[in-house]
Amino acid sequence: MTDAVQSHNLESQILEFTLNGQTVRLSAVSPTMTLLQYLQQSGRSGTKEGCGDGDCGACTVAVMGQDAQGKPTYHAINSCLIPIGAIAGRTVITVEGLAEAERLHPVQAAMVETGGSQCGYCTPGFIMSLFAAYYGADGAIPDETVEGNLCRCTGYLPIRRAAQQLSQQLSQATLNQAALNQAPLNQVTPRDRFSAQLANYAAPRDDFAYISPTERFYRPTQLQTALELLHQYPDAVVLAGGTDLGLDLSHRRRSFPTIVALEAIPELQEIQQLENSFSIGASVSLSHLKTKLHGYFPSLDEMLVWFAAQQVRNRATMGGNLATASPIGDLPPVLLALDAVVELVSLNGVRRVPIAEFFTAYRKTVLQPGELIRSIEIPTTLTPQTTQRHSQSYKIGKRGADDISIVAAAFTIDLDAYNTIVHARLAYGGVAATPIRAIEIEQDLIGQPWTRETVRACKPKLRDCFTPLSDLRGSAHYRKTLVANLFEKFFIDMGGR
Amino acid sequence: MIHQSKSHESAIGHVTGKAVYTDEQRPPVGMLSLYPVMAPHAHARIKTIDLSGAEEIDGYVTVITASDIPGINNTGVILADEILLPTEEISYWGQAVLWVVGETDIAAQRAAEQVKVEYEPLTAILSIADAIAADRFHGQPTQISRGAVETALAQSDHRLTGALEIQGQDHFYLETHTSWVIPDGEGHFQVYSSTQHPTETQAIVARVLGIAKNQVVVTCLRMGGGFGGKETQANPFAAVAAIAAYKTGQPVRVKLKREQDMILTGKRHAFLGQYEVGFTVEGQITALAVKLYADGGWSLDLSPPVLLRAMVHVDNAYYIPHLTVQGWIAKTHKVSNTAFRGFGGPQGMVVIEEVIDRVARALQLPPEEVRERNFYRGSGERNTTHYGQEIVDNRLDRIWQELLDRSNFSQRRSEIAQFNHTNVDKKRGLAITPVKFGISFNKVQYNQAGAFVLIYTDGSIQLNHGGTEMGQGLHTKMLQVAAKSLGVSLQRFRMMPTSTDKVPNTSATAASSGSDLNGQAVKDACEALKARLKPIAARLLELPEDTTLEFAEDWIYYTEDNARDNKRKITFEAVVQKAYDDRISLSATGYYRTPTIFWNPETGKGNPFYYFAYGAAVSEVEVDGLTGMFKLRQVDIVHDVGESLNPLIDRGQIEGGFVQGMGWLTMEELVWDDRGSLKTHAPSTYKIPTIREVPENFNVHLLQRAAQEGVIYGSKAVGEPPLMLAISVREAIREAIAAFGHHPARVALASPATPEKILTAIEQITAEVEIVS
Repeated sequence: MTDAVQSHNLESQILEFTLNGQTVRLSAVSPTMTLLQYLQQSGRSGTKEGCGDGDCGACTVAVMGQDAQGKPTYHAINSCLIPIGAIAGRTVITVEGLAEAERLHPVQAAMVETGGSQCGYCTPGFIMSLFAAYYGADGAIPDETVEGNLCRCTGYLPIRRAAQQLSQQLSQATLNQAALNQAPLNQVTPRDRFSAQLANYAAPRDDFAYISPTERFYRPTQLQTALELLHQYPDAVVLAGGTDLGLDLSHRRRSFPTIVALEAIPELQEIQQLENSFSIGASVSLSHLKTKLHGYFPSLDEMLVWFAAQQVRNRATMGGNLATASPIGDLPPVLLALDAVVELVSLNGVRRVPIAEFFTAYRKTVLQPGELIRSIEIPTTLTPQTTQRHSQSYKIGKRGADDISIVAAAFTIDLDAYNTIVHARLAYGGVAATPIRAIEIEQDLIGQPWTRETVRACKPKLRDCFTPLSDLRGSAHYRKTLVANLFEKFFIDMGGR
Repeated sequence: MIHQSKSHESAIGHVTGKAVYTDEQRPPVGMLSLYPVMAPHAHARIKTIDLSGAEEIDGYVTVITASDIPGINNTGVILADEILLPTEEISYWGQAVLWVVGETDIAAQRAAEQVKVEYEPLTAILSIADAIAADRFHGQPTQISRGAVETALAQSDHRLTGALEIQGQDHFYLETHTSWVIPDGEGHFQVYSSTQHPTETQAIVARVLGIAKNQVVVTCLRMGGGFGGKETQANPFAAVAAIAAYKTGQPVRVKLKREQDMILTGKRHAFLGQYEVGFTVEGQITALAVKLYADGGWSLDLSPPVLLRAMVHVDNAYYIPHLTVQGWIAKTHKVSNTAFRGFGGPQGMVVIEEVIDRVARALQLPPEEVRERNFYRGSGERNTTHYGQEIVDNRLDRIWQELLDRSNFSQRRSEIAQFNHTNVDKKRGLAITPVKFGISFNKVQYNQAGAFVLIYTDGSIQLNHGGTEMGQGLHTKMLQVAAKSLGVSLQRFRMMPTSTDKVPNTSATAASSGSDLNGQAVKDACEALKARLKPIAARLLELPEDTTLEFAEDWIYYTEDNARDNKRKITFEAVVQKAYDDRISLSATGYYRTPTIFWNPETGKGNPFYYFAYGAAVSEVEVDGLTGMFKLRQVDIVHDVGESLNPLIDRGQIEGGFVQGMGWLTMEELVWDDRGSLKTHAPSTYKIPTIREVPENFNVHLLQRAAQEGVIYGSKAVGEPPLMLAISVREAIREAIAAFGHHPARVALASPATPEKILTAIEQITAEVEIVS
């Protein structure tokens, strides 16, 4: 218990962070107040609330952090979802912090010039998403940058023009600097006070414990400390990225007596390539995951494109997406189709649970009190005799981008040299109380040729595998149709005829 | 500066976060917050209310119920049928039973959560079909008619009947409804409201407080989006805050949470359209009988003019010699539906475009040919609407041809046919649709506007007009008009917030009319000031008083001088200072009323529109036959904004309107459960378009050489018409669906065309094919 005791000794009644270059020191505030609520209460009204759900991006701010390669960068996040406790020790930039006196930041100037604002209410959020991308590694600002920002006025076209204009400026600046041999290639291209600030970035490395009159907020740096805190405070709530828990804070204004945040524990942030698998730390953000594992698992790559939006992916974690156990979570079908193994840890030790056994009922898992997800292991080995693997995922919603799925699906098919199916995984979200596999169909497929006839023949049975509900997103009929049709779409997309 | 692209006058405020909206002002000392207690029934009787739990909460102040209303408990704008705070009956799910006042918004929320209300549930009418069955309507049916429809139908080569349900739409302005009311202790109330209609908000606040209008000042700083959703809908929230301010004597604010805003405020009307159409073998429509049912919701609100606009746009661009359109407003236990960009026009147009497509497919003709064949053209009867207005300056053919060329329509059509021939699981569709939209309020009285311009002795100017700024760029255009008219630079002006103590008795900023009406009023005020300054300038230039002078670039020139450099001139400031010294007034009001318009509601005939706005759009989509998902691949638009006052702003209106219309027709689905509770009340469940749904290939062309006579500097209204260009997306989807079948004689497609509905349509087509083969 030594670590936990130590962190208790460091308990502080001060919550400190940097906001637009100024140090903010708070005491007696609730650590579960959201950053947005703090900004508004302190008269910083530039950052807007459009929904309080993390779905509109009007409250976007930039927080300094590291990219997947460990290079300091700015992350766009939804300030309505993040408790202020999680901001301790961090550097936050809001829309008010960009212009110097009358001189606009290039991102602001571009939006003025292209007519990127009409009513202006969503604009601060767009500015901050573009700002974060402006200092991003690749110097291009794609649509994806602002997919998590809703605008009801412009139809996005002038905003896209602003982003394209900025991309051109950035690539020109890179060329100029390279020509003058001024900047090593790994340095941030725009060179201004914000890039200078990045150069001085240091990740918070110490245990942080903040006690308000009503709540405790812990951000330990050791897994052992986190486990001891969970043991000591059985009512403690675990905070990973907070993109789900944040809804309780923002919307329902709930408070929790004890929160244990996992984001400062290096062990949970690692991605390791092992001999036969990748091991992904439970707290790796989806943005990092998207970059680091790109190209290894096509179905994971595809799902991460459609998983919420940038601001959420910058905070959300794989561990969080599993622990929350939503039947419409985006990653579980992918992990089911890849036979992932979840590694759980508690003071009693470590246990490994196949993903297929992890979900037990609607929003229930095998996780015991005091137990955390340490990592998720995705095997890279193929079934014996396999000469070719087909693997892909699908997400169907009313809107392509940033929607909750009506049905999500992930498929893995291993074929031998004779085009015979030797291994099959058909996994779905949105069709049952938990993410689920069509095990009967998987077994039927073994030994069959990978042809459209095979796929079509299994569709009627596949269609009736599950008894989904009708709800606001889609009817049971549509869901059943999708369960079958997505498998055929997968066949076609894999080049089948 | 007129006719030039200028950034929004608040653009720098927007991008720096400094632009102030109602709730972003510095709060006055002691300001309290409101939070509603919402009923969990669509129709119920209130039995008991228990406040004991709320009173225990720290920071609880009081509650606002019907008994606290000093004036009239009603916020209805056309009919007094809209109870502000219910005393006995709940009329729609989520209706506010009472409002809790707290020292902070959290205190108000916590206390509201502790209020216990007992209800006796009653049977609820939750759809247009239910209302028809129960014969439950607002008012009497209305009708507009030309010719002898029954006879013409009987004599037609072909006849078809059909019905179409069109769903509503949430405005989803990014700023939810907000009002602050600050009492001065002397019986006056300063209201800050996110309202498109400050004058009406003023009237309603005065009504509920039982005081004269002159005791209430309503100010709208700017809105974070409106789209019609703040035309009447701001009134009840300002009214509740005013009652709370009256009761407590303290400033009170209300700012709705997103979920509350979506549940409590009216939406675009859902419609049911039933039609019978007669047509020739060539696809010429000879007769059309249409019944339109609008879902008005629990109270009347603006439903009659919304329905009327649907009825006078059910022709869209097409001449139909025998046409009868009848309209009903269904009375349901739902939120009271309201204005939304297009104001019924879009629903009317979707119906006629559906009819045209039915005719085209029945005859196996390309839909664009049938559309073009039926256009209004020529003069006299062939170019006159069913309500008797001749379409002067008809630009339909010109726009159509220009767009067919610009979009490379015929070549793309054959390329798509080729694509569809070689692809089994994916099909593409291409469609072109026209828009003709009447400009002016149907209510003749609303077609007037005022302005108030104040010049100070240093030459700086304050500009006031009756319109409100909701992002559409009205203030920017008004500054351009004033600067052009006075011949001074934009930097001289300060645009003042819209306020009822500056310009009284204004109309709603609505019906696309903002810049037409207010622009003329602003110009009128500026011309009056110029007329006063001109003789002074002449005297200073030692010229006769009646000399022709030019006001330009902050100078006043003697135009008769030849060489520009040698022109005699004097600065604007010098003239202004001299005017003050000579005791000449430096402030002026301006006024405008639209000429030539009239409407007879008894006969359904008249000249209700000053002119028409025109446009056309081509959309290309790809539909996935296994999932029903579609992708918009390309959009081409030619739109008529006259001689644009500001091309940057007009382009923004066209692009933004189109995307909003596309959302309405494809992904934005309002879902109520069988108890009348709205299930899509947040952006997690109600999906408006994101950047990803907007194609890179999106080409907007403003019709050139298009000055509109009699409108401010030759411009045309632009706010609403572009929304209806998005009907091309719906028709392109239909075209793609048709390609999954074998020249189907009909493609039934629900609205919105969600992936599920698209897949259903494909299943129907292919099922029919299987039956035939």
